[in-house]
Amino acid sequence: MDSLIPFTTSGSLVDCVDRKMLVVLRDGRKLQGVLRSYDQFANLVLEDTVERIYHQDVFAELHRGLFLIRGENVVLLGEIDLDQEDEVPLRQVEWSVLEAYHKKEVADRKHRDEAKAQVLFERKGFCKEGGEGDGY
Amino acid sequence: MLIFSVFKTLTDQTVTVELKNDLSITGVLKSVDQFLNIRLDSIKVLDEARHPHMIAVKNCFIRGSVVRYVQLPAENVDTQLLEDATRREAASQVKR
Repeated sequence: MDSLIPFTTSGSLVDCVDRKMLVVLRDGRKLQGVLRSYDQFANLVLEDTVERIYHQDVFAELHRGLFLIRGENVVLLGEIDLDQEDEVPLRQVEWSVLEAYHKKEVADRKHRDEAKAQVLFERKGFCKEGGEGDGY
Repeated sequence: MLIFSVFKTLTDQTVTVELKNDLSITGVLKSVDQFLNIRLDSIKVLDEARHPHMIAVKNCFIRGSVVRYVQLPAENVDTQLLEDATRREAASQVKR
């Protein structure tokens, strides 16, 4: 069956429809939901979506609902193995508990990335990344 | 189109994909499309502790635009053939 489907985005995503998927976005957000539709640009429709944040070995989630994600923002679409999901060695906590840690982590990473980009640009001869908003 | 063809010949091989968000994923290359979107099966994430969201994920689709590098199995890439093909493609583009 696989060999009958040509090498297209559609061909490789068709068996993911109606399954619980993890979507990582370019801004670092992690969403879990049921994939309902997609197209050749990897625009995605996710139903019953929850956003998850992680910090060390704990995570928290928040119900977000229905998403239509523009393809350019997608980093990765992963199929969640429902058997393995139960055995993940992580502990769930309240969103409000984790949010502050998560915000700090995001801010720290942004700071670090900016410092790195600065060094690469000024001393190592790299060009600036993400001028058109397509960088990390 | 040339690189697309190269990737097609590498299906069912194990490759490592490094993304622009510094996530590195090793897995079996299942398919690739014209945008170089990549489908990997039986994936393993390097430094899983730093990326806990990937633990329960066993296969994934990676959008081509976020890939930084793909590490290929050297023994399965005929560099001589690739070099010739590249020259041929470049020559045919000059003619047009």
